[in-house]
Amino acid sequence: MQMTRRDLFALAAGLAAAGLISLPADASTDAVEAAIKEFAGGMPETGGVDIGAPEIAENGNTVPIEVFADGAASIMILAAGNPNPGVGTFHFTEMSAESRASTRIRLAKTQDVVAVAKMADGSTKMARREVKVTIGGCGG
Amino acid sequence: MLSRRDFLQASFAASAIVGASGFGNWARLAAQQRLTQEQLLDFETTGNVTLVHLTDCHAHLKPVWFREPSINLGVGEAQGKPPHISGKKFLDTYGLEAGSPEAYALTSEDFVALAREYGRVGGFDRISTVLKSIRADRPDALFLDGGDTWHGSYTALKTAGQDMVNIMNALNPDAMTSHWEFTYGIDRVKEIVETLPFPFLGANIFDNEWNEPAYDSHAMFERGGVKVAVIGQAFPYLPIANPRWMFPNLSFGIREERMREVVDEVRADGAELVVLLSHNGFDVDRKMASQVEGIDVILSGHTHDALPEPVQVGKTLIIASGSHGKFVSRIDLDVRDGGVKGFKYRLIPIFSDVIQPDPEMTALVDAERAPFKAELEEVIGTTQSLLYRRGNFNGTWDDLICQALLEEREADIALSPGFRWGASILPGDPITREDIYSATSMSYPNAYRSEMTGELIHTILEDVADNLFNPDPYYQQGGDMVRVGGMGYTIDISKPIGSRITDMTLLKTGEKIDPAKSYVVSGWASVNEGTEGPPIYDLVEQYIKRKGSIEITPNTAVKTIAG
Repeated sequence: MQMTRRDLFALAAGLAAAGLISLPADASTDAVEAAIKEFAGGMPETGGVDIGAPEIAENGNTVPIEVFADGAASIMILAAGNPNPGVGTFHFTEMSAESRASTRIRLAKTQDVVAVAKMADGSTKMARREVKVTIGGCGG
Repeated sequence: MLSRRDFLQASFAASAIVGASGFGNWARLAAQQRLTQEQLLDFETTGNVTLVHLTDCHAHLKPVWFREPSINLGVGEAQGKPPHISGKKFLDTYGLEAGSPEAYALTSEDFVALAREYGRVGGFDRISTVLKSIRADRPDALFLDGGDTWHGSYTALKTAGQDMVNIMNALNPDAMTSHWEFTYGIDRVKEIVETLPFPFLGANIFDNEWNEPAYDSHAMFERGGVKVAVIGQAFPYLPIANPRWMFPNLSFGIREERMREVVDEVRADGAELVVLLSHNGFDVDRKMASQVEGIDVILSGHTHDALPEPVQVGKTLIIASGSHGKFVSRIDLDVRDGGVKGFKYRLIPIFSDVIQPDPEMTALVDAERAPFKAELEEVIGTTQSLLYRRGNFNGTWDDLICQALLEEREADIALSPGFRWGASILPGDPITREDIYSATSMSYPNAYRSEMTGELIHTILEDVADNLFNPDPYYQQGGDMVRVGGMGYTIDISKPIGSRITDMTLLKTGEKIDPAKSYVVSGWASVNEGTEGPPIYDLVEQYIKRKGSIEITPNTAVKTIAG
């Protein structure tokens, strides 16, 4: 049989591998940096933001992500390796029990997830975490 | 309270608190053909809690030959550290004598000659004898099953794991965790778990719709006046390394933060001894021990390593008990005033000619096998070569499987997954149907035939190599490199993903693999639902039957650059 590109993802890997093979254009580092600067008004210092994510995505089409930054008024999430890096921004109010949010995002391939937090006093913080999107190995 | 500094000393020192490890005492006796069951089981009962660990038996009920790997490379911080040592280096590290029963049990040195001298290993009737002996010393010993128990044989496949459930229930475990169990599908797992008289644990198994725990994370026991918590950790990468569609609503993962929470919870509930019954794989366990405070003992499974001494990370002891029923671990712990004051450990090799079978268990095993006896014992061919699987790259069993795929499916290139299960067969021995299933039995066995570009084949090899050689253990999935037939390549394990694999060559023409060109590839164990092709065990049987006598020329076309 002649494999189409689409069959191939499924065969080798399941959908999670799609991005690995189709190699979509990366968001350029510039685009990610521009988005961070626009949100934060500069490059924030690293630390003070937790990103919860699997080390390896079970399904690249729906990767559970949790972000937390104590006292944050808003947290922006970027998928640095997606063709379009913007994921969304969570806003918290004084009524929020804590500045924590979770969502599911699509990751086209192995990449960093970036979270940028803006505090009530206007200061900003940032974290990155790599999530691997893989074809899958063969366990013992 | 044992200080961190005390524990950081060599394990010899730590075990010396309660007496030297028993390992090593019987080696020379055995070399003189005087090895006895008493010597194998000799253990000065110590402390107040005994743990017995059996893991990754892969449903091998009868004694087998099992050759340990001659190549087991570690990367990053694990480079050159146990279990990433083999052969003579392994012997030297543990002070074992070449040619001794320990050398036979733990390494591949002189395997065939020593196998003929020391005999087969494992067998559940021998394991039962060992358990009874330990329970005679310590009636309330905790017996813990690390998983990969229901899968891996003809009878396990035909009964969807029921033979193993019946046998394990007769051995009365206190808890288990899992991996290949889930490849019977979620409905079958649910059906079995409902019947189990002991907990099926997995702190890292979650419902992926509500993100809630799907199984019990831990069980509490009281043993020798000590409150013991046993936490289970299933194989983290089940939905990636095995077919996700078979358990679509479950999520796994390493979930280090979750482990921290569960350890804190059991400590808050008064646990004085925290045991992690793990299917993480050794390197993942080593990292987890360094990241999560409060675990006293990790009973490590998945990567099939067998180590004669615990590896200590901070205050945590990591025990590696091998696979295929070849070893049972016993650890006695002295737990007082809320902490571990000392321990004594022994990795007990199950030499089937030395340990007397327990006749009750022999009868149970034979009863499970009786309905399939004729099929199991049918001789399909003979082998002139040693057939084995373990090792980071090609083993001769996979060379045989790859050759069968190339010829039976008329392919240019064959791919065989880097599983670590499957027993060995000695040169000159018959190959029975049971032997074929030992190396191929599974619930998604179809041998596909498809066209792939050179670029895609490269991507697949790079991806699998990164699952094995990523320097961060949390990105390792266990298993070995995918085995290839009809193709050679060079691998530099120290490089990052995308640049480890070079010089891919099509062996039949000697030409370099062209990224843009399509090649006919045959392989098995695809995780995709609906994969078409004959089951691998039928294909291999057909090939062996056609050949009659098997002689393997090992594939030397895979070249390794290590570190």
